[in-house]
Parts: sequence; C-alpha cells; structure tokens
Amino acid sequence: MPLVLFWSFALLMLGFGAAVVINRNPVASALSLVVCFLGLSALFMLLNAFFIGVIQVLVYAGAVMVLFLFIIMLLDLRTEELRRINWLAFAGGVVVSISLLVQILAVIGTTKMARQSFPALASTGVDDVRGVGLALFQNYNLPFQVIGVLILVATVGVIVLSKRELR
Amino acid sequence: MITLGDYLTVSGILFVIGFAGVLLRRNILIIFMALELMLNAANLSLVAFSRFRLGTNGMPDYNAQVLVFFIITVAAAEVAVGLAIIVALFRTRHTTHVEDISALKF
Repeated sequence: MPLVLFWSFALLMLGFGAAVVINRNPVASALSLVVCFLGLSALFMLLNAFFIGVIQVLVYAGAVMVLFLFIIMLLDLRTEELRRINWLAFAGGVVVSISLLVQILAVIGTTKMARQSFPALASTGVDDVRGVGLALFQNYNLPFQVIGVLILVATVGVIVLSKRELR
Repeated sequence: MITLGDYLTVSGILFVIGFAGVLLRRNILIIFMALELMLNAANLSLVAFSRFRLGTNGMPDYNAQVLVFFIITVAAAEVAVGLAIIVALFRTRHTTHVEDISALKF
C-alpha cells in the first residue's frame, strides 16, 4: 500500500512539475505548481514528517502561490506570444539538464546506502511536532530568532520596493 | 519495498525539472517558479535522509526537519522580495521577458 501511494504521489508531483515548465500560460503554470506542492506534501507525510507536510501546504500551496497568482493578475500576463527561439541555447539547455539528470541517477545508482529501505520507527504516533519543536527551541534558538529578523527585513524591503517612487 | 534511492531519484528528477525550467524558459515569473521547484527538491531529499537516519531514541533525525523549516521560511521571504522586484521592473520596463532586460549585458 505505501508503495502504491508513493509512486502515485511521486508521478503526480513530477507530472505537474513538468507542466509548470511546459505550460505557456503563467496562470496554468502557477496552478500546476500548487498541485505539485500538494503531491510533495503527501510524500513528506509518507516519510512521517507530518509537521513539514502541513507547513508545506500552508506556506507554499497557500501563501506563496496566492502571492504568485496575485502578481500574475496584477501584471495582466497572458499566454506569451511565440517568439523566435534561439535553438542553439535551447539545445544547450536540454543537453546540460539531461547530463545533470544522468549524473544524479548514476551517483544514486552506485551508492550502497540508496538500496536500503527505511528502518522502522520506535513509535508510530503522530508526535513529530514535539520533536521538531524541541530541536528548534533547544538547539536552534538563535537561528530561529535570526529568521524572525530576516522576515522583518524582507517585509520592510517589499514595502520600500512597492512604493511608486524609488529613491 | 521503498528504498532511500527511490526518494532521492524522485528528488533528483524534480531538481532537474526546475533546472531545465530556469535554463529554457524566458518568462521571469516561470523562472521564479522553477527556482521554487529546485528548493523543494532539496527539501524532499533532506526529509528522506531525516527518516532514513534515525536518532538515538528511534525517531527521525529532527535536525534535518528543522533545516527544511528554515528553508521554507527563507524561501517565502525570498518570493516576497523577488516578486516585489519583478513588479518594480515591470513598472519601468513593461516586460517580463528576460531577453528584453539586457541593460547589464556585456
């Protein structure tokens, strides 16, 4: 059963991920990205990372993609007109991507660790929020505070950038 | 049986999809979305390793999940700033096509 779930969600995610790149309409790309993130969140939950899965749906599929759709509508982007494609650059991009894929797959294929399955957990309860919270507030308290300052800086930066007159 | 390699393969393919999107597309918004795909591919492999390498108490290694949490937070801030820059760029240049924005090109 987990095998079927894993491959169905993985194929869903990869299919819609490819649709993000292939679609010519930016709105269709953004909506494909939402489905891709939902599939990814299901994969997180299959790995017993329920907190990260929920955060993925809330932050990415919720907040970030709404921001993307807002901007697409604000800029009033339509399906881009067909331009003359630089076939040399296109072929170069395809070749570089495929060679990267071959390289990644070769590394995974030659690693012994990659052929082992996942060990059983000590308890199958849904208490990973507690584990993440303990690690976050005990070992990573300072980075957590720094992240808060970073978000404040980003907020101020966005407001400054969105002003009519940049000076 | 699902192995660690299955998750790493899916993560690698997702990364390559995002990489190809950055290289092949010319719309700056799509390039931005492809960047998000690459960040998420990294997150998937981090969570897979967190589940693979159990801690001393037999639970997943939560350090990796804290790193994923930080990556998601920074990515959200990055998207906000990046989209604000794209809007400011669109106001002055009226384009989202990266080949039209070549003022700094040598």
